[in-house]
Amino acid sequence: MTAPLPRTQDNALLADAGEGTAVQLQGIVKSYSGNTVLHGVDLDIAPGEFVSLLGPSGCGKTTLLRVLAGLEGSDSGAVLLGGKDVSRVPTNKRDIGMVFQSYSLFPHLRVVENTAFGLRRRGVGKADAAKRALDALALVGLEEHADKFPHQLSGGQQQRVALARALVTEPKVLLLDEPLSALDAKVRVQLRDEIRRIQLRLGITTVFVTHDQEEALAVSDRIAVMSAGRIEQIGSPEELYGAPATASVAAFVGLSSVVGGTADGASVEVWGQTLPLQTPATGAVDVYLRPENVVFAEGADAAARGTVEESTFLGSMRRTVVRTDAGERVTVQHSPGIRPAFGDAVGIALLGEPVAARPRR
Amino acid sequence: MASAPVPAGTARGAGSRRSAWWAWLGLTPFAAYVLLFLALPTVLALASGLFTKTGAFTWSNLSALVDPAVLSTFASSTWVSLLTAIVGAVVGALVCYALLGMNPEGAVRQSVDAAAGVLAQFGGVMLAFAFIATIGVQGIITTLLKDSFGVNIFEGGTWIYEVPGLLLPYIYFQVPLMVITFMPALAALKPQWAEANATLGGTRASFWLHIGFPVLAPSFLASLLLLFANAFSSYATAAALISQGSQIVPLQIRAALTSETVLGRENLAGALALGMIIVVGVVMALYSLIQRRAARWQA
Amino acid sequence: MNSLAPSRLTRWIIGILVGAFFAIPLISTFLYTLHDPKGGMSWVNWHKLIDPAFASTLQPIWTGLGNSLVLAVVTVVIVLVLLAPTMILVHLRFPRLRPVFEFLALLPISIPAIVLVVGLSPIYLQIARMLGTGTWTLAFAYGITVLPFAYRAIQASIDAADLRTLSEAARTLGAGWPTVVIKVLAPNLRQGLLAASLISVAVVLGEFTIASLLNRQVFQTAMVVVRNQDPYLPAIFTLLALLLVFVLLLIIGRAARGHRKARS
Repeated sequence: MTAPLPRTQDNALLADAGEGTAVQLQGIVKSYSGNTVLHGVDLDIAPGEFVSLLGPSGCGKTTLLRVLAGLEGSDSGAVLLGGKDVSRVPTNKRDIGMVFQSYSLFPHLRVVENTAFGLRRRGVGKADAAKRALDALALVGLEEHADKFPHQLSGGQQQRVALARALVTEPKVLLLDEPLSALDAKVRVQLRDEIRRIQLRLGITTVFVTHDQEEALAVSDRIAVMSAGRIEQIGSPEELYGAPATASVAAFVGLSSVVGGTADGASVEVWGQTLPLQTPATGAVDVYLRPENVVFAEGADAAARGTVEESTFLGSMRRTVVRTDAGERVTVQHSPGIRPAFGDAVGIALLGEPVAARPRR
Repeated sequence: MASAPVPAGTARGAGSRRSAWWAWLGLTPFAAYVLLFLALPTVLALASGLFTKTGAFTWSNLSALVDPAVLSTFASSTWVSLLTAIVGAVVGALVCYALLGMNPEGAVRQSVDAAAGVLAQFGGVMLAFAFIATIGVQGIITTLLKDSFGVNIFEGGTWIYEVPGLLLPYIYFQVPLMVITFMPALAALKPQWAEANATLGGTRASFWLHIGFPVLAPSFLASLLLLFANAFSSYATAAALISQGSQIVPLQIRAALTSETVLGRENLAGALALGMIIVVGVVMALYSLIQRRAARWQA
Repeated sequence: MNSLAPSRLTRWIIGILVGAFFAIPLISTFLYTLHDPKGGMSWVNWHKLIDPAFASTLQPIWTGLGNSLVLAVVTVVIVLVLLAPTMILVHLRFPRLRPVFEFLALLPISIPAIVLVVGLSPIYLQIARMLGTGTWTLAFAYGITVLPFAYRAIQASIDAADLRTLSEAARTLGAGWPTVVIKVLAPNLRQGLLAASLISVAVVLGEFTIASLLNRQVFQTAMVVVRNQDPYLPAIFTLLALLLVFVLLLIIGRAARGHRKARS
């Protein structure tokens, strides 16, 4: 259960909250021993914006974040914070806050000493730093644990301290490298909401790296979907979900099934059904179907027939993968009451929601 | 992945309780062996200090421990062990630092690991011979310095066959032992801490000052204690270099064992053994205490 | 990229300085063995190994070496037949005893050989009465000396293998306990058992304290005796022994790597 944020007048950090800094990455290229990991990436982040870098392992999202932080140098390209080129500035002078996936906290320092660490490095006096650290800990609801050591805290608590530690110096930008990946599912959901709340309240520009699309969709102002060292698409969660630009984006965000269809301007024909298109197209197209828009149907209502390949129970719903007679794999999302078994012959149909489609190559 | 231990005799059913008695029996050979060749000799060694040759109980042997001759021997042992432990610890730590970040499967790490293993095990006698060959009276380096640079390192006396002669050979096995013992601690320093330090505005120097050294301090201290105990207990090198005399405690035990009355006391060896075990025992107890604390931060 | 790592220059400086300190005695020992009494350098000392004229001078070393090898074998037998099965037993049946066992296994480090030998003296007098004064009986004491090293090597193997599951599987398939230990568990502990054995051989070959003070003739004591007649021969054997132990440890390392590759 997350506690409410402290009152602004009681908390130095909240009282100081400003407008945030703009961040720009221009043409970032990075290679490791012959392999190009980033192919000239451009990214513009507005002040106070929460942008997620989303993608599978190896897509370069963490590398991009580390280049932004200055932990790695880029082969070419520029990093700008608030309009100033900081590409040559070392990490410790960039005025950033960063939360790592694991082992963030210093084991030999108490929670409050950990949190105050950045302030002390900047010359702030011990008492003053401790007071501001406690304010930061109040923000994450951990001021009672100030005198504990990291090993006495749970994983979720440790990451919250890491967050407080990163924020207490009031940095220009907050960077988070898969901060929730090492945590339990329930803690993950709580903590991501907390991070978002604090971020909104402080108005701090934030870049968040994750491989979990649900996480990205839940907290971001915009999401940059990355693949093989490039940004495939950047847009709001709704844009990405509704109008994926490439097959990999569609596959990564929202579990689409891909089926063949024929487009005719504003609509497309799939399995004999006509559906509106999100963006106009003509000719043979790949159509992206969201699982919640595919339903089981019987008899004449069924647009396509197939066999059940797998069915997964997810609590409030079930997802069943059906292989149509035409050989396409389609995911159906339905109520848990229907329990298809492996090998069952079923019929499916599409709800009339607009779909995204891309021309077949 | 090791399975969680199940206490003997719990929910595994009647089968385990039935076989429990023969399982206990299975422990007896080893228990008997350890009793006979570890516990018994130790008790005999310590207890012999409390009895005269004729078997009468006496405190007189123990009073030998405060004899100036014995105290000065303990002092010699202590300063040699302390000095070589400190030098060994610092040099060993530097070697570990030089190896930091290198591929554990790579050629450099593998050969250094093997070399450290060999040199830490290098029998004391052979080590002595190697140093006699190097800086002995007819040693290669001695001759080189004398013939090529006119420097006679034995101008003030043949110190190699006295206590100072132990320093270099001891350091020779202390450094590898430190490398073996300390490397895990250094390797457990997480790069994330260095990166967090950087993002929080710290420099490389401030990292070592505020994070690196404090976190490593317990392990370093523990290793230092281990090195001290190691040098204090060492016998073979000294025996091979110093053929006569009782300059350090192990040599004094040798003298007590091979001649009947040293300092006019009987069973001095037992008293010395007791004194030695107290020193080494305390040091090792401290070592394991600190090591357990340090391990917590390495996880 | 590890931001903790030192610069290449630092690595090289430390490497060269420390490397020199460790190489010089070894190189010097080698050059020492090449000393020719007629002046200059030659292999004349090394020829003594096969020269019949020096056979009597060398005899103590061959005797001592032979004794040490026998001792090594017996010690390895103690490790494999007494220590290893007990460790397996503790792991499978008495997991709560593990800390006790660990303390026991590390005790010989705290009880120096020089102290132990004071108490071993009377014990070996009794053993001489029962089993004779053969040198091989020293192996009983050596089993204790190698205990810390052998224990660590075998325990690492035990922790890595899932002995409980293996033994349960074998038992449900009908194997008796001796079969389980010898045919199922031991092969999976092969790497640790091999390491423990080789380390024991290395330690036994280098042991001096107990043998010397119990008046037995082993490799190391023999070298001290021969040193007074010919200082060059012990130096030669030192180099040979060092080479042997280095090779033994490389074998252990190679076996460990091969094993790790097989597992991943």
